[in-house]
Amino acid sequence: MQDKLTYALFTGCTAKQSTPEQLKSTYAVASKLGIELIELSEASCCGASHLQDYDDFLSLVLNARNICYAESRGLTMVTICNTCQLNTAMTKQRLDSDEKLKARVNEKLAEVGLEYKGSSQITHFLYAIIDDFGLDKIASMVKTPLSQFNIAPFYGCHNIRPSELQNSSHRTKENPYKPTSLDELIVACGGVNVDYEQKNKCCGFHAELQAPHTAAVLTGNAMAGAIDANADWMVTPCPLCHLKLDTQYGHAGEAVGREVKMPVLHMQQMVGLALGCTPQELGFEHHLSEVDFIDAVN
Amino acid sequence: MDNSITTQAVTFDVFRFNSETDYLPYYKKYTLEVTSEEVVLDILNRIKWEHDGSFSYRRSCRHGICGACAIKVNGKGVLACKERMSDLIELFGTSMSIEPLSEKRAIKDMIVDKADFWDSHEKVKPYLVAQIDESPESENLVSVEEHEALLEADLCIQCGLCHYSCPSVEINDDYFGPAAFVAAYRFNADVRDSATVDRLEQINAPAQGVWDCVKCFECQEVCPKDINPIEKITKLHNMVFSEFVALDNVATRHAVGFASSIRKHGMLDEGELVRYSEGTIPMILKHGVVGLKMLKKGKVVPPWKMPKSDKLDEIQALVRSSSTAEF
Repeated sequence: MQDKLTYALFTGCTAKQSTPEQLKSTYAVASKLGIELIELSEASCCGASHLQDYDDFLSLVLNARNICYAESRGLTMVTICNTCQLNTAMTKQRLDSDEKLKARVNEKLAEVGLEYKGSSQITHFLYAIIDDFGLDKIASMVKTPLSQFNIAPFYGCHNIRPSELQNSSHRTKENPYKPTSLDELIVACGGVNVDYEQKNKCCGFHAELQAPHTAAVLTGNAMAGAIDANADWMVTPCPLCHLKLDTQYGHAGEAVGREVKMPVLHMQQMVGLALGCTPQELGFEHHLSEVDFIDAVN
Repeated sequence: MDNSITTQAVTFDVFRFNSETDYLPYYKKYTLEVTSEEVVLDILNRIKWEHDGSFSYRRSCRHGICGACAIKVNGKGVLACKERMSDLIELFGTSMSIEPLSEKRAIKDMIVDKADFWDSHEKVKPYLVAQIDESPESENLVSVEEHEALLEADLCIQCGLCHYSCPSVEINDDYFGPAAFVAAYRFNADVRDSATVDRLEQINAPAQGVWDCVKCFECQEVCPKDINPIEKITKLHNMVFSEFVALDNVATRHAVGFASSIRKHGMLDEGELVRYSEGTIPMILKHGVVGLKMLKKGKVVPPWKMPKSDKLDEIQALVRSSSTAEF
């Protein structure tokens, strides 16, 4: 009998604020799959790839502290945000490969009674369920196959680039020029995966405030690509991509000169739908681009 | 390991365009028997030598150092002389497109006009600015540690792969792009140089500077010399603060806002970050409509319900003890 899969969950900030549906659906899917998630309630913000622009050392110390709490529980850290994954895994890589830097960080952590050891793996929930649970097993548990839908995967930069870092965090090997994990997950859920040029491209989220036009064009191009490839909806493992695609369709449409609104699901919501979770458990009421096909599923 | 040479038929969809005679580009198909030891440049050569002598591309050193033969295969930026066909076949299968670095800048087939790339370079003064003593009495030595601080930025071959893989460059003509930032970093990190502030003022300006980086990591992924341009972009961000040239604008406040939010809540206060970055009135004007929709859907947490990290005092102690930047 296999031990129950248990992870330390780093929720990140978005899941607690602007994407509550992501946190709900993460727990709903974990419960269906029999995965235990222990929330890292002590964790701070990872800095979202911006704090290090201002203060790189502070960003390292704070991320190392977050990892310490997974280490002290003896668990692999699971992230549900691509950018949390990037910042945390990059901190781990930098500390594990540089003894001097690790010592400087640990000197600060010691002041609050902590020590970064490097003993915990850090992986995104998408790769945790693929690597540790298995796509075949997910497929065998599907109650309502999503076979009537063309689903466009949107990978999100910070799960696939830089590939050298990302591929050291999980066993699934992903090529950023032709990623496959999310496509395979769609197929495991019984859906039809849609291929389009922008699936591994940037949504523009991180430049939204300082470069709104660039950000809006990137979102518009991504959604237009999915629409033109006949997708019924999009799916993403990243809550920041989700925010951009689900809430910024207006600016994005203006930037690319066409309407681009379409439903966008979190990866957890898609798996949850296939496994028979209820719409309430998956939090569809929080979407700005209405998820209007639920009746067709159940 | 099996070292025998194998052969496979591969179909190439090749971008063809002559800006002097063609109104629009078109694609021409070539099917070639590709051997397992060939690189992309071999394929370009064979198309030219065996199929169409007018097919045009740049190539020179054939050793991955001149940077002339950078193109895109199935959207992946490659140095044609370095990229093995067997790797591409493994990744993409036996059908692939061959395109120039930037279609909108194509002059003839694979040859692009890199004027924008060189213009950006020029603006960051990609050379040493120093008062040189013409008759020194001792050698002007740079230590190993001082040289290591360049972080291999001096290995850039100006091939343009990062520049033309950057989505921000593609959309915003003013944006300098990763290669120019690598050059700016390379000379800013040089102990002999005295133009740091000049360069920082260029790379700190809105639209053209580092703040328009979308953080997609395409530049790091594509660089054939493993220079990691985005790491240098981060270093330049840091220098903007350490050399006190940071402007008080939405971009700098956005970065600084994370530190103040973490100090207060441990977690990020999303709404407050937008307000702090934009200012209250611009926030309402720019984000009010979407913000209201998000509020209705339960996507905005009011200030009095802002979640806080457990052991917040510990986080606050670390922010006090470990902060290295000022704004």
